[in-house]
Amino acid sequence: MSTETVAARPVVDSARLKAWLPKYGVYAAIVLLVVYNIFFTPYFATWSNLRIQLIQVAPIVIVALGMALVIGTEGIDLSVGSVMALAAAFIPLYLGYGVVAAILVALMAGVAVGLINGILVAKVGLQPIVATLALFVGGRGLAVVISEGKLVDIRNDDFLYLGSGDLLGIPVLVWIAALLVLVVAFVVRRTVFGRRLLAIGGNRPAAELAGLPVKRVLITVYVVCAVLASIAGLLSVARIQSSDASSVGLLIELSAITAVVVGGTPLTGGKVRVLGTVAGALLMQLVIATMIKHNLQPSTTEMVQAVIILIAVYVARERKTR
Amino acid sequence: MALLEVIDVSKIFPGVRALDQVSFTLKPGEVHALVGENGAGKSTLIKVLTGVYQPDGGELRYQDEPAQFGTPMDAQRAGISTIYQEVNLVPLMSVAQNLFLGREPRRLGLIDRKRMDREAGEILSGYGVTTDVRRQLGTLALGAQQMVALARAVMIDAKVVIMDEPTSSLEPREVQTLFGVIRDLHARGIGIIYVSHRLDELYQICDTVTILRDGRLVHTGRLADLERIKLVSLMLGRDMAEVRREGATAFSGAATADAGAAPVLRVRELNSRHKLHDVSFDVRPGEVVGLGGLLGAGRSETIKAIGGAYHLDSGGIQVDGKDLKKPTPERAVRFGIAVQPEDRKAEGIVPGLSVRENIALAVLPRVSRFGFVSDAKVDEIVDRYMKRLRIKASSPDQAVGDLSGGNQQKVLLARLLATGPKVLLLDEPTRGIDIGAKAEVQSLIDELAAEGLGVVLVSSDAEELVEGSDRVVVLRDGVVVGTLTGAEVTTEDLMSTIATEAPREH
Repeated sequence: MSTETVAARPVVDSARLKAWLPKYGVYAAIVLLVVYNIFFTPYFATWSNLRIQLIQVAPIVIVALGMALVIGTEGIDLSVGSVMALAAAFIPLYLGYGVVAAILVALMAGVAVGLINGILVAKVGLQPIVATLALFVGGRGLAVVISEGKLVDIRNDDFLYLGSGDLLGIPVLVWIAALLVLVVAFVVRRTVFGRRLLAIGGNRPAAELAGLPVKRVLITVYVVCAVLASIAGLLSVARIQSSDASSVGLLIELSAITAVVVGGTPLTGGKVRVLGTVAGALLMQLVIATMIKHNLQPSTTEMVQAVIILIAVYVARERKTR
Repeated sequence: MALLEVIDVSKIFPGVRALDQVSFTLKPGEVHALVGENGAGKSTLIKVLTGVYQPDGGELRYQDEPAQFGTPMDAQRAGISTIYQEVNLVPLMSVAQNLFLGREPRRLGLIDRKRMDREAGEILSGYGVTTDVRRQLGTLALGAQQMVALARAVMIDAKVVIMDEPTSSLEPREVQTLFGVIRDLHARGIGIIYVSHRLDELYQICDTVTILRDGRLVHTGRLADLERIKLVSLMLGRDMAEVRREGATAFSGAATADAGAAPVLRVRELNSRHKLHDVSFDVRPGEVVGLGGLLGAGRSETIKAIGGAYHLDSGGIQVDGKDLKKPTPERAVRFGIAVQPEDRKAEGIVPGLSVRENIALAVLPRVSRFGFVSDAKVDEIVDRYMKRLRIKASSPDQAVGDLSGGNQQKVLLARLLATGPKVLLLDEPTRGIDIGAKAEVQSLIDELAAEGLGVVLVSSDAEELVEGSDRVVVLRDGVVVGTLTGAEVTTEDLMSTIATEAPREH
């Protein structure tokens, strides 16, 4: 072997690592954490523990899917938690008309919020963070007003099945989340809407000049995001068997954004990593679970989460070579 | 004695010599025009003067002392002020606050608002701005904002004021006010570097001129001694040696238009405030119509307006006899208009997406069913255009951002052609691409015209424009000042049409 190749090798390796880390780093981290837990955490590798973890992470995954789409357009949606609260508030009001009616009303609340967000962003031209801030604040307020600030117990068994039932031994909640992951992954990869979304996020002026219906696509993205959030909202109600508009989905926008970022989707738009987002949500869930099992303070957990986010953003940062 | 002196300054960027041993002298009280086309090095020179860039060679002298400006702040403190095209003030603060930002009059340690407002009003009235100084700056017209910027620059004891296209957003009346201010500065011994492409203005207000081309100094001297036609040819012309080395363009020169055919594109009296005034022309199938003129003449605006991407106050656009009402890019594409924007990176390609997706972007509905994209149909289109345009990529899945400029441009053209356009609007199609790709793009334009497309071509390269076009419509300050046809389509005729003096009306 000549000296030249010896000298060149580490350079190539670090370049490879740089390309590899943002794409697969999150999966590697999950594997590491799982291996650690199998050896050092009692009762970790049990079926019941896995169930709990998956049930807890499912709503975050669903919200994060919508967030990933919005972030793919170089936007952000802060209102997802409020949408969950709105959905939660409507469920007990309309359960009397049947499960389907209640769910439809909850979804319509999502559509309405999404339309408002989308129009503010696409037509009025507000920055996404400002546009969605309005409903982040106002949406939950409205939800509390609708539910008159009361915590309502839900006793409709059909509805509760969504949150606590099993299908083929796996919680229905997890099935729904998995199905939505597949649908969103398919939409991003295979549909006209998905391709346009990425082009708009990648270069909006270019997308406009190419004649794409930019405003329509943007509005649709915010509607999809809000509808996914309302699904997460009604599932959360079904799981905890009560509706409390003041607490459902609180701070979930941060968990969702974290999942998206840790999963390798850049905040600069133009790219959506659906499976990465799921992995991002799983990783954060695992971290929290691990910390709790080892009796660490929630404050410590938060700091560890912060470090992970920083690492993810650092790894994914744009190389400024040109 | 010189106020500001640049001696043999060079500035090198990876792959480009942006400034190649340029020298330049500004005397006190002098109004010095700095001109050149895109890429000539004007902006780089200004950035060197204002401390944004450090020169890679040569010397900077200020007030007869060697000078070095590490940051824009250093240059400003030394008395070099720049007024940019886009006003760099704080739009949400009041006019008076902007004027006094960082130097507010104080009373008992607090800002003396009354005095500040009063003084601001007095100062600004000298600049023809008679607005309530407590208004937010952002609510003022752009011209007035520019005056505030100028007043601020002069207030902070500027000895040198650099104006980069100061009149591009001004009304004729405001231009006269600006000139009044410039004459006043001139009388006070302040040196002014004036960057503009409006020849009439240059001859009205400037004493001396420095012309840059391709990063090199091509001329400096008294402006009054330089004929307009000479000035234009110095700006646009290329060295004969260079032409011989690169060879002429790849255009065949054969006209392919059927002179009797009905126009495929009719443009009637396009108007857009400050930028376009009654621009009209026709393009027949198979014809390449060039838009000539200097930077800022309204060529890009015309093209974008036809493509629905630039605001029009009035005007008519017809494709194949059908009116394109309320043009938007979406509607224009549907009418068969394809626009290749000037700035490929900012408005053309989507760098993160693959070659494949970039090409298919504008035709997605046509290659899909019920919203699902058919890979087979996409592959067919991508394959056809990658072959036809000889796009060199490792695979159709390579990200466009990783390709060379020439291949990026071809991908963009492939996207346009995939839409099956009737009219192709090309804004600087060969800028920043290598010679081989340039020749390929040029012969492609010929081919497309021969197939019956109407083509509108904008190019700052006078030879490319003249050789590529069957007809050239010459614009100046947003007005059509002449049309060259047949034997008139030569660089000489182009330059003399650009250089003709504007009729004296204001």
